[in-house]
Amino acid sequence: MLTLRFIPYNEIHALSSYDRIKKIVDLAKEDQIILIEGKLKKTEEVELIKRTMEEISDKFKGIEIAEVNPQENKDVQFFQKVKDEVINFLLGDRIGFTVIGPATIVKEIKQDPNKIQLLTKDKKK
Amino acid sequence: MGLYGPPNGGKTTLANRICEDWLGETMGSVSRIAHETREIQIKEQIVVKSGNKELMFNLVDTPGIATKIDFEDFMKSGMKKEEAKKRAKEATKGVISSIKWLDEMDAVVVVLDSTKDPYSQVNITIVGNLAARNIPVLIAANKVDLKKSNIEGVKEAFPQYDVIGISAKYGNQLEDFYAALFKLLD
Repeated sequence: MLTLRFIPYNEIHALSSYDRIKKIVDLAKEDQIILIEGKLKKTEEVELIKRTMEEISDKFKGIEIAEVNPQENKDVQFFQKVKDEVINFLLGDRIGFTVIGPATIVKEIKQDPNKIQLLTKDKKK
Repeated sequence: MGLYGPPNGGKTTLANRICEDWLGETMGSVSRIAHETREIQIKEQIVVKSGNKELMFNLVDTPGIATKIDFEDFMKSGMKKEEAKKRAKEATKGVISSIKWLDEMDAVVVVLDSTKDPYSQVNITIVGNLAARNIPVLIAANKVDLKKSNIEGVKEAFPQYDVIGISAKYGNQLEDFYAALFKLLD
């Protein structure tokens, strides 16, 4: 059974960066798929990758992550993302949402402007 | 100057090409198996020449940045379990090193496999962090010798950066790449 955990903006942004990342990694380690309202700061994303690497084990293989901004098409979304990097560096962003799934469950996250596809792994017999 | 990107994009192949062209020696080993480079590698005082101009820099080849590492993937490449686990552990440390070294860079060439989707979150995170740190970036769309190569796709994904299509393996369009390096590091 897949568990999808929604975290509203107010809940995630009330935490410090350290606690925010810890919470995400802890939930991923519990095999939960996390849907966060808004986006992480870019510095938090690399911190999330770093923390994920520190936690990798035989059981926890890492994460799949994708940011989605449904209001924009793919090209504009990416262009806008990089354009807004510096502005968002300190402020973060509550537009769109972020999907994070444990790599043991989520094989790949495909995104397009109108939908997001989580390709899951077959359960081993 | 750092070479950054996801695993198997061709960072070390490009590093070897640069070092062979200007130092007459290679930098590191390459492999079809991901995470071949698991430690930061540095070559100092590389001098690139173009006409009367010279460019000197230290080249830093970094382990590929990934969000997941599964030792079982290495076993699929024929490694034994213990060897695969060791490689996975080293690979995780390599990713951490790459991230720690971001702050040391004066300029970065992001090396991407042009046969793959450029819109991956790892690519977005790497480029986003370089932008946030005001580090100049050049995108090398590698593997243009392959049929599936899509340089236009990479250009569309990174419209605000110079994107140079290259084949680090065969040395295609390296002149354009070196010209772009002068522009990047000047």
